[in-house]
Amino acid sequence: MKKLLIIILLGGLAAVASLPGCKPDPSIDIAAPDTSLNISFTVPDGWPQPAYTFTNNTLTQAGFELGRKLFYDTRLSKDNTISCGSCHQQFAAFAHLDHNVSHGIHDLLGTRNTPALFNMAWQSSFFWDGGVTNIENQPINPMQNPVEMDQPVTEAINKLSADEQYRSMFNTAFGSDTINSQRIFKALAQFMAAMVSDNSKYDKYIRGESGGELTAQELSGLSLFRLKCGNCHPEPLFTDDKFHNDGLTLDPTFNDTGRIRITGNTQDRYKFKVPSLRNVARSAPYMHDGRFSTLDAVLEHYRSGIYVWHNADPLLRQNIGMSEQDKADIIAFLNTLTDETFLHDPRFSEQ
Amino acid sequence: MKKIFLRYSALSLAVILTAVSCKKKDPPSTTEPEPTTGKVKMEFFNNVGGSSLNLDNQWYVNEHGDSFTVSKFNYYITNIVLTGSGTSYTESNSYHLVQQSDASSQSFDMTDIPVGTYDSVTFMIGVDKEHNTSGAQTGALDPVNGMFWSWSTGYIMLKVEGHSPQSPSNLVEFHCGGFSGLNSSVRTVSMPLSSPVSVTGSNDVHIHLTADLLKMFKSPNVIDFSTTYSVTMPDSNAKKLADNYANMFSITYAGL
Repeated sequence: MKKLLIIILLGGLAAVASLPGCKPDPSIDIAAPDTSLNISFTVPDGWPQPAYTFTNNTLTQAGFELGRKLFYDTRLSKDNTISCGSCHQQFAAFAHLDHNVSHGIHDLLGTRNTPALFNMAWQSSFFWDGGVTNIENQPINPMQNPVEMDQPVTEAINKLSADEQYRSMFNTAFGSDTINSQRIFKALAQFMAAMVSDNSKYDKYIRGESGGELTAQELSGLSLFRLKCGNCHPEPLFTDDKFHNDGLTLDPTFNDTGRIRITGNTQDRYKFKVPSLRNVARSAPYMHDGRFSTLDAVLEHYRSGIYVWHNADPLLRQNIGMSEQDKADIIAFLNTLTDETFLHDPRFSEQ
Repeated sequence: MKKIFLRYSALSLAVILTAVSCKKKDPPSTTEPEPTTGKVKMEFFNNVGGSSLNLDNQWYVNEHGDSFTVSKFNYYITNIVLTGSGTSYTESNSYHLVQQSDASSQSFDMTDIPVGTYDSVTFMIGVDKEHNTSGAQTGALDPVNGMFWSWSTGYIMLKVEGHSPQSPSNLVEFHCGGFSGLNSSVRTVSMPLSSPVSVTGSNDVHIHLTADLLKMFKSPNVIDFSTTYSVTMPDSNAKKLADNYANMFSITYAGL
C-alpha cells in the first residue's frame, strides 16, 4: 500500500512537472540543491559580509564544478586557444605572471594588467575601472573582447551544446540540459565567488594559530603597513574596494584614463580600483598597467615617485616617507600574505 | 484497497492543482465558472513620420534637416501596467525587447488580466535598476540580444543605428543606456488609451503602440547629426535622446 501511495504521489508530481507551469522569472534560474557539497562558502571570522551572496544562484557542487570546467575551457575563445585560466594562473593567485598587460588570442595585447582572483565575493565591482558591478556580469567582457577571447557568447553556447558531457553537467547543475548565457555566467560565478583566500601566515597570526608567529621584522612591517598603506588597503581584505588616483604618470601608449570612462566624472580621471594585497608576493607585475615588476619598485613609487595630479587623492598628495629599513620591513610583512593553501587548493585547479 | 487508491488519487490531484496554479484562482467546480481574467495583445508599430519604418534602403529626413537611413531599431518595453476604474493589472516578468528586424518581437500577449474596463497604460522604456544590477539574466534580457554593455554593466535601453551623410563618420549610432543618476536613459511613460477597453474572459483586446522615430530627434531636443552622431555611453546626449523618446510613443488603437 505504501508503495502504491508513493507511486501515485510520484505520478502526480510528474504530471505537475510536465504541465505548463508558471512563467519563469527571467531573473531567476535556481540550481537544484546538492547535499554532497565539498565546496562551501563561509565568511571567515572577523570579515565583513560579502557583496555577492549567491542569491538566485545557490552554490552547489555541480554548479561549482561546471564553473571550474568552463573557467579552464579554451572553447570559450574563438580559436579554442585561450581559457580564463590561460591568463589567470593559480600559482600566481590567478593573475598572469610576468605579463604586464593581458595577452589574448593571436598574441593580441590588452591595455591592463590581469587582476588576481580571490575573495571576489567581497568585491562590489570588477575590472580596474569598476565598470562591472556583479560577478555574474563579469565573464562576458573577456569572452567577447576582441583582444582576449574574441567570441560571441552565442558561439560559445553552440560549441558547448555540441558536447554531451556539458549537457549532462548543465542538467545536473541547473535541472535541464539547456545551455544559455545565464547558466554559463551563474556557473562561472559559483566557481569564482567560492575562491576564498584566508589562510596566509598573517591570517594564522590574527587567529592566534600555530604557523602564525611573525618575526620581529614582519611585525615591524605590519605596524608600518597599517600606518602608511592601511588607508587604501585595510585589513582583512587589504583593499577598500574603492578607486584612487595612485600618483602614477600617464603611460601615453595606453592613455588609460581609468574610472572616468565609467562615470564620466572628471574627478575620476586616472583613478583605478584598489587591488587586494593578499598573495601580492606571487602576483607580479603590479599596478593597473603592470609597470612595476617587483614590490620594491612599487614601494619606491610610493616613497619617491608620486605624481601629484590636479585630482590627486587626499591620501596621496605627497610621497610616503619610508626608510630603506621601513621598505624592507613592509615587504617582509607583505610576504606573510601569501596563502599557500589557496595557491595549491586542488578544488580550484584544472582537473 | 480501491477506496484507498481513489482517496490517494484525489489527494494527488489536489496536490497537482495546488502546484500548477500561479495565482490564487477559484476552486474547480462542476459548472463552468465565469472567467475572472482575460488577455490583451500588445502590438508595436515603428513609424517614421506617417509611414512605416523600412530598414536599410529608405532615406528619411530628421527635424534638423539631416538625411538618414536606419539599419537597426531596438528598444525595451518593461513593467507594463494597465489601470482602469477600480482595477489594475501589473504584468509579471514584464520584459520585452522590440526589434524592428524581428516581426515576432513586435507583439505579445499579456494574460491573467482581471476582467474589467481599462483606460490607461503605463510602461517603462528601458530596464529597471534591479534587473541591471542583479546578475545574469535570460529571455529578453539575455545579453546575447546585443542590448547589454559588457564594459560597464547595464542594458542599452534603446538602440538606433544607421547612416547619415551629415555625420562626420557617415554613421549614426545611438546606444542609449544607463539606469541611474542624472543621465539615466530609462523613461516611464503613462498615457490614456484612445478609448477604454473592456477585458472579459472571452474576447481579445488589442492595444497598438506606435513609435515615431522622427520624434526621437525632434522634441524637446532637436538632434543635429553633424554634432550628435555617436552616443554609446550614459551622458548628456543620451539624456537628450531619452527625453525625446519619452514622447515618441502614442496609442494608435485600443479595442477588440
